[in-house]
Amino acid sequence: MSAEEIPAAGRSPFLGVQFPSMARQLETAKLGTWLFLGSEVLFFGGLFTAYAVFRANHPDLFHYAHHFLDWRLGALNTTVLIGSSLSAAWAVRAAQRDEQRGLRAALLVTLALAGVFMGVKALEYGHKLHNGIVWGAGYRPSAEILAALPEAARAATPDHVGVFYSIYYLMTGLHGIHVLVGMGLYLWLWRRARAGHFGPGYYVPVDMVALYWHIVDMIWIFLFPLFYLV
Amino acid sequence: MNASPAGPDRHEEGTHVLPARVLLGTAGALLALTAVTVVTSRIDLGSFNVVLALSIAGAKAALVAAFFMHLRYERPFQTVVLVSAVFFAVVLVGLVVFDTTRYQPDVREAEAAARSRAAAVPAR
Repeated sequence: MSAEEIPAAGRSPFLGVQFPSMARQLETAKLGTWLFLGSEVLFFGGLFTAYAVFRANHPDLFHYAHHFLDWRLGALNTTVLIGSSLSAAWAVRAAQRDEQRGLRAALLVTLALAGVFMGVKALEYGHKLHNGIVWGAGYRPSAEILAALPEAARAATPDHVGVFYSIYYLMTGLHGIHVLVGMGLYLWLWRRARAGHFGPGYYVPVDMVALYWHIVDMIWIFLFPLFYLV
Repeated sequence: MNASPAGPDRHEEGTHVLPARVLLGTAGALLALTAVTVVTSRIDLGSFNVVLALSIAGAKAALVAAFFMHLRYERPFQTVVLVSAVFFAVVLVGLVVFDTTRYQPDVREAEAAARSRAAAVPAR
């Protein structure tokens, strides 16, 4: 007789065998998720260090290179991610209140906004790659994109602009991979919500994926001003 | 951790549901701060621009953590995990930047000296 076949006398099918109660399972999941998020902070911390070192040594490079980044698209994506964080938190609230329709809608909105974020990112990357704004030694800006620069920026072109773009693509790209992972997780949550798995008694996955999603939002909150604004 | 009365099971009776106005208020504050950071970045404040942008980003991150990630309503341990990770990330960035701003000029000087020595030696 396998564990699943043991008659669940009041025991939720979603309660792991190792847990005495749903509440303890939730607390354990929170602790584990937060330790993972702590490691994510340190993971990106190494890249922020690379950014800070290059910026400290080559401030001219950073002032020059950000002429190629459109702050309006960055601000749009910031707004989109804040909206998706709101809907992610809303999904947790809906699950806790047993609002099944609201839960499914909030999960889909989060997924859709993540898709919008990646769509804008794809436009930005596509435009840059098309114009030779590439990482490292491959950096060969097209005449067309150089002509669009302000006069002062054209007069003083620093060396090694490709290094800035190595950092840009690495940091925004790693963040983008996190967004793609989040989209997969929200699709999974939506399918489980449709099967009616979540409610006030069990919403661990909705809550934990939301925590992950918020840290992805939080990292973008730092990437946006550092690359697009200052 | 043992199951003291204030321990892991204290949420047994019910979970903390965030009021809608807290969620909407947090999102509104985040959008407002995004507008503030865009506007202030258009004003040239010299190196203070970076400090200001990072301060606003820090305030936004704190709002996300406190409300969206409901740390304000959790036992302190989860906050300790986040704060200690951020602390060590800041120590990493801080020490490395301190080191590079202090010694990079020396490195460049030494490289320039090595280059001029190499140029002075006739090629065999």
